[in-house]
Amino acid sequence: MSTRLATGGRLIDRSKQQSFTFNGKRLTGCAGDTLASALLANDQMLMGRSFKYHRPRGVVASGAEEPNALVGLGTGARFEPNQRATTTELFDGLSATSQNHWPSLEFDVGAVNTKLARFLPAGFYYKTFMWPRSFWKHVYEPVIRQSAGLGKAPDAETRDADTYEHFYAYVDHLVIGGGIAGLETAKRLGETGARVLLVEQTAHWGGRAPVDGGEVEGQPVTEYIAGLLAALNAMENVTLRSRTMGAGIYDHGYALAYERLSDHAPTTQGPRHRLWRIRAGQIVTATGAIERPLSFAGNDIPGVMLASAVRDYVENWAISPGDRTVIVTNNDDAYRTALVLKSHGLDVPAIIDARVLPTDSALMAEARAKGIAIHQGHAIDHVMGTKRVRGVAICSHAGEGGAVIEEIPCECVAMSGGWSPVVHLWSHCGGKLNWDQANAMFRPDLTRAPTGDKGQAFVTPAGAANGAMTLGDVLEDAVAAAERASGDTRTSDAPKAVVAVEAPLAPVWMMPQGASIKHRMKAWLDYQNDVKVSDVQLAAREGFESVEHAKRYTTLGMATDQGKLSNINGLAILSGALGAEIPQVGTTTFRPPYTPISMGAIAGEARAEIFQPIRKTPIHDWLDKNGAEWEPVGHWRRPYCIKQAGETTEQAVHREVKNTRENLGLLDASTLGKLIVKGKDAGKFLDMLYTNMMSTLKPGRCRYGLMCNENGFLMDDGVVARIDEDTFLCHTTSGGADHIHAHMEDWLQCEWWDWDVYVANVTEQYGQIAVVGPNARKVLEAIGGMDVSKEALTFMGWADGELAGIPVRVYRISFSGELSYEIAVKASYARELWDLLMSVGKQFNVMPYGTEALHIMRAEKGFIMIGDETDGTVIPQDLNLHWAISKKKEDFMGKRAHERADMAREDRWKLVGLETVDGSVLPDGAYAVGEGTNANGQRNVIGRVTSTYHSPTLGRGIAMGLVLHGPDRMGEVIRFAKTDGTTMIDAKIVDPVFYDKDGEMQNV
Amino acid sequence: MLTLHCPNCGIQADETELAPGGEAHLKRYGPGSSDDEFHSYLFTRENPRGPHFERWRHAAGCGKWFLAARDTVTLEVYGTYPAQTLEPPQDIKDAITAKHPGWQWREFS
Repeated sequence: MSTRLATGGRLIDRSKQQSFTFNGKRLTGCAGDTLASALLANDQMLMGRSFKYHRPRGVVASGAEEPNALVGLGTGARFEPNQRATTTELFDGLSATSQNHWPSLEFDVGAVNTKLARFLPAGFYYKTFMWPRSFWKHVYEPVIRQSAGLGKAPDAETRDADTYEHFYAYVDHLVIGGGIAGLETAKRLGETGARVLLVEQTAHWGGRAPVDGGEVEGQPVTEYIAGLLAALNAMENVTLRSRTMGAGIYDHGYALAYERLSDHAPTTQGPRHRLWRIRAGQIVTATGAIERPLSFAGNDIPGVMLASAVRDYVENWAISPGDRTVIVTNNDDAYRTALVLKSHGLDVPAIIDARVLPTDSALMAEARAKGIAIHQGHAIDHVMGTKRVRGVAICSHAGEGGAVIEEIPCECVAMSGGWSPVVHLWSHCGGKLNWDQANAMFRPDLTRAPTGDKGQAFVTPAGAANGAMTLGDVLEDAVAAAERASGDTRTSDAPKAVVAVEAPLAPVWMMPQGASIKHRMKAWLDYQNDVKVSDVQLAAREGFESVEHAKRYTTLGMATDQGKLSNINGLAILSGALGAEIPQVGTTTFRPPYTPISMGAIAGEARAEIFQPIRKTPIHDWLDKNGAEWEPVGHWRRPYCIKQAGETTEQAVHREVKNTRENLGLLDASTLGKLIVKGKDAGKFLDMLYTNMMSTLKPGRCRYGLMCNENGFLMDDGVVARIDEDTFLCHTTSGGADHIHAHMEDWLQCEWWDWDVYVANVTEQYGQIAVVGPNARKVLEAIGGMDVSKEALTFMGWADGELAGIPVRVYRISFSGELSYEIAVKASYARELWDLLMSVGKQFNVMPYGTEALHIMRAEKGFIMIGDETDGTVIPQDLNLHWAISKKKEDFMGKRAHERADMAREDRWKLVGLETVDGSVLPDGAYAVGEGTNANGQRNVIGRVTSTYHSPTLGRGIAMGLVLHGPDRMGEVIRFAKTDGTTMIDAKIVDPVFYDKDGEMQNV
Repeated sequence: MLTLHCPNCGIQADETELAPGGEAHLKRYGPGSSDDEFHSYLFTRENPRGPHFERWRHAAGCGKWFLAARDTVTLEVYGTYPAQTLEPPQDIKDAITAKHPGWQWREFS
């Protein structure tokens, strides 16, 4: 069993006991524990079930690379799945639950999958669930969805109770990793006076060095580290942040770091996580290295751990992983674990070393001197046990397994397959790797570093992340990294370290080296995704030769750990199966973030009302108080309708339409885009932008215009008013103001920069109120101040004046078909004018109306709406707007495009009105069905609905749509399909102008 | 997350301040052009591995368009220059030549 040792534990404070729960069971740990170490102290070796086979799994590692010990943390609004027990700092009251089990961790029904393992090889799902096709939707998918996924997603109805923030930093040097290499590099860089930010993902400085030991400059390494930290803390130009992970490196020195402020102390005030958005001149990746597992049968049974992790648990948290630990290795470093265990009075029955060395190395000799049996040239045949290790059976490494030489009882197996530098951050932005055959590792190629805006290398690795594996080499490389980053030469030598000389490792990708299929099917490569040696070999046999394809076929290296333990072993197996060299197979792509970061941190402060600022018109507050039902229009909010007490939305809309047509309606049209175009060449410029002629417009007059892009497609429409010889005011759609302004600027700056034209977006400078209906003139006359008579202000004219002393500009334009004045005022007067219109308008039955009434009234008149009748593929000719396309102009945007064969073909769908035979409302976007089917077996279509409403004026459903040969088929009845594809609605093709075809209402 | 120097306001602008505008130095074809010319103006774009000329707008800054010579592989920026420039300035061409002797991009080299 695993227990807490009576003494020791570098990181724990035994005087501070902390209670926590695991699957509801109350347990106790110490301050300084991780959840993983606290669970081990309580003999909770079994921490979860695997993803596919539901095999019992325990903790393998002691840090960010942990694939197995994933738990759900917290409850309710603070529940979070897939948290690594190894990087979760214990606090009093922590609540954790294990994952992937039903009904319980100890007894799991899904574990039957492990008995079916031979029937569930790589690609099983792809192969099996192909047939019969109809089974997918109703049988396979629901079952797979039920069992798929790692942890449970938080309840969709809860809202994260914590807050998060973004933090911006600009530094000369960002050093990622606060191990001994990062500290040394940061100190050297700090001494140059440059601004340095040093981040470390754990709560502790020094990395592995305090556990691995050694001497630097004649002092124990822990003292040397304390000295480095003191020096760094004394430098004002250096910032240190622990619990802050370098998450990603991006173009031109941009980096993200993820700071966990209160995960270890949840009652702390302030944000929980902070995302650092850093722009750095140079980035040093001192990210260390990760030990590799060995691939032998049963290497996933709880109690099989990385040798370095066993060492960490003993030294840092005083954990005994069991009385007897067998070491299995292909290198010298694992011997340190044996020595550490021995020094704490624990038994090491055997070191199984795949190598056969001619003479003992220093560490080997030390182990032998402690009386540890060393089995050279041997391998683990298989691990005995199911929910925890009972022992190992050993065999010759040169064989194919099965010929067991000896069974050794033990509770823990400490394995080491060598070390892989953490090259993730180096690789994020394009740093390349070389395969180091001697050390069996990929390491950064310094000649192919990520490059910045001047073509300079901006990332440099330091220490173990650069492949330096002994203390002396690490320090030497850390000093060299400071030189590479700063461009300065060193002012003093690298510190001298005393460490044991190690014998070289021997690459071992499978154990024993000729392992039989029976062994390979139990040798796990990827614990998190349940990928075995046999799966990768099968993928290679089935032709998945690219490492990226093999990854996706087998799921090797996917999910939360992204293959931190499995990738190198996996691609070594793949290269073996393909008969290729490892560097030829290469690695999969390293993508940020290094380990998962919270969605909350990514969102930062951008949530709820500050997620996106809302634009409000000067009349917004009045509408809000008086029953507006809001809808988003770009960043604006516009009232869909303004409800009276007891009304449904539909009733309100119909009332608004009716009242506007019969009496008087007011619309807040302030969101309408307003662009002033001014200059000697303004007319010439607008002639290029609009399809019709604008330069001939007389001051005082308005003209409706269409705007196409160079592809000929309609992009915007609106009324243009000529203010004076050099000045036009262009109205755009509410959603189009910003991009039409940008469009104008683009052409003025980049194509016609020699034209004398200036554009200003004055959308928010003016409020605009549409006064609409038969009583429109009466209310303006009642207010008084300017002549708005038929003679003085004719249709499509505008005039400046005053209404009750408020300076106004009145446009006599109509989007409803009624007598209508659109009144523009300075934004600061808009509310005053609105209030005046409402109070004086009472006698004329004034009512405000919203966007839905606006849409219905324009549809009744057959006016098009950008975004309804147009979708980026519609040209003005499709909408029968030939009258608005100039034939005289030599050039305008879209003119050449309209001559293209596809635009000129006669069978383009064209705009018509549609009247359902039974008076019902056609579904929006419904397709008109034709005869026969197309090449894909789908029903042929001959048109579609673009706008559809119930017209309160006509008391029936009306619609507009684009129909094949539509205008030539007036009176014909065509069929539209409902969304079920079978129910049909008959509709007659009619003129799109449903109401007041002669325009008598607006022309009074 | 690129940074580009805005030649109008002089700021080393972060990519979040910038809006991309596609390829630079396009020649506009209008009425009277052949189908091939117009098609190529609308749709045919360079897609190089290496030096490329692009349009950018300092959208969340001064609002001005400018042009950039940028390496699509190394992300090196050879230079930025005002949008009202008909061909890349000589110093930028020289900077590209230093890294890519004999380079060619449309009619420029």
